[in-house]
Amino acid sequence: MTISGVALLAICTLLGGLLGDLLGAALGVKANVGGVGIAMIFLIAGRLWLIRHGQLSHGLKTGVEFWGSFYIPIVVAMAAQQNVVAAVKGGPVVVIAGVGAVAVCFAMVALIGRLSGRVETMDEIEARELIEANVPHFKSGRIG
Amino acid sequence: MNMMSHVLAANALITAFAAVGILMWISGAISKYLTFGRIHASAIAIMLGLALAFFGGLATGGEKGVADLPALTGIGLMGGAMLRDFAIVATAFEVDVIHARKAGAIGAIALGLGTVVPFILGVFVAAAFGYTDAVSMTTIGAGAVTYIVGPVTGAAIGASSPVIALSIATGVFKAVIVMIGTPFVAKMIGLNNPRSAMVFGGLMGTVSGVSGGLAATDRRLVPYGALTATFHTGLGCLVAPSILYFAVRAIVGE
Repeated sequence: MTISGVALLAICTLLGGLLGDLLGAALGVKANVGGVGIAMIFLIAGRLWLIRHGQLSHGLKTGVEFWGSFYIPIVVAMAAQQNVVAAVKGGPVVVIAGVGAVAVCFAMVALIGRLSGRVETMDEIEARELIEANVPHFKSGRIG
Repeated sequence: MNMMSHVLAANALITAFAAVGILMWISGAISKYLTFGRIHASAIAIMLGLALAFFGGLATGGEKGVADLPALTGIGLMGGAMLRDFAIVATAFEVDVIHARKAGAIGAIALGLGTVVPFILGVFVAAAFGYTDAVSMTTIGAGAVTYIVGPVTGAAIGASSPVIALSIATGVFKAVIVMIGTPFVAKMIGLNNPRSAMVFGGLMGTVSGVSGGLAATDRRLVPYGALTATFHTGLGCLVAPSILYFAVRAIVGE
């Protein structure tokens, strides 16, 4: 049933929100501390449990995945209702923080790559796989 | 005309679905025909959303972007905290723990750095521009992680709407630079193998930015980058409004 997926998602979200609020209260801040992240962990755990017990039905998956696929449109709606007029006054923050974050992360990719030694490039892997073509191998290329 | 606006206002949430859907179609067309797929439709749609919020705010003088227009109040519900958190939690359903092991320790290190480093940078930039309260600094820092982590964090710790708008814009801007910039720096940063693609995905975050950037560099690398990038938002939503917020608060006070 589709509703069981939506309900599972709702229960995880509510539990996460509740624990986030409780955590905030325990730590003495007026904030929801990591509620969304906690809810995500519940959902991942719930999915694992369902798979293990063979209860992950098609309807259940549909119910959760519909909302997951809805998240970009919801983020667009969220963007469309912000106080952008007021934010524009702080304009340079966006450019400097954005460019800075990307530049630093590009540098770290290069650094980690260098520090962890050489590995086969994609071209080399394909060349090797071509030679080993008689050996059966499986390739998965699902993009999330 | 009167009847039309009555129907729109009476079905506020349905109107919002239609309006956002049309916006996504337009963004899809812009992405395909004007940027030749270089910039993801989702990033364009979010930028258009921010632009509409700007003009809506100018037109109404209100604080809630287009949601202040009577016909578009449903946007406020659709993009409000309730449905937003619901949809973001749902994305965790696609996270495959077995796949995660493949990324291994190096993927985990990249993810950790990819959350903390942009956050610190964002916090410093925010401080440089006079945002001295812990809530605003944390929200802008979280925006430098991704455009989802920013508003989720901001809403959780009670940031103001202009600050949340700034954090979304920062995250979207970051995603767009990743999409456009990656092919140009790919060689320099050694982006030609699955492992560096996984490191790249963990560090850069945003799935749209990573998959767009990698697709323009080398299509075969996309699944590896997306593998680690899918964890980025979840990790950010977990640590930004908690550990990172407390760290900022401990340093700068309330």
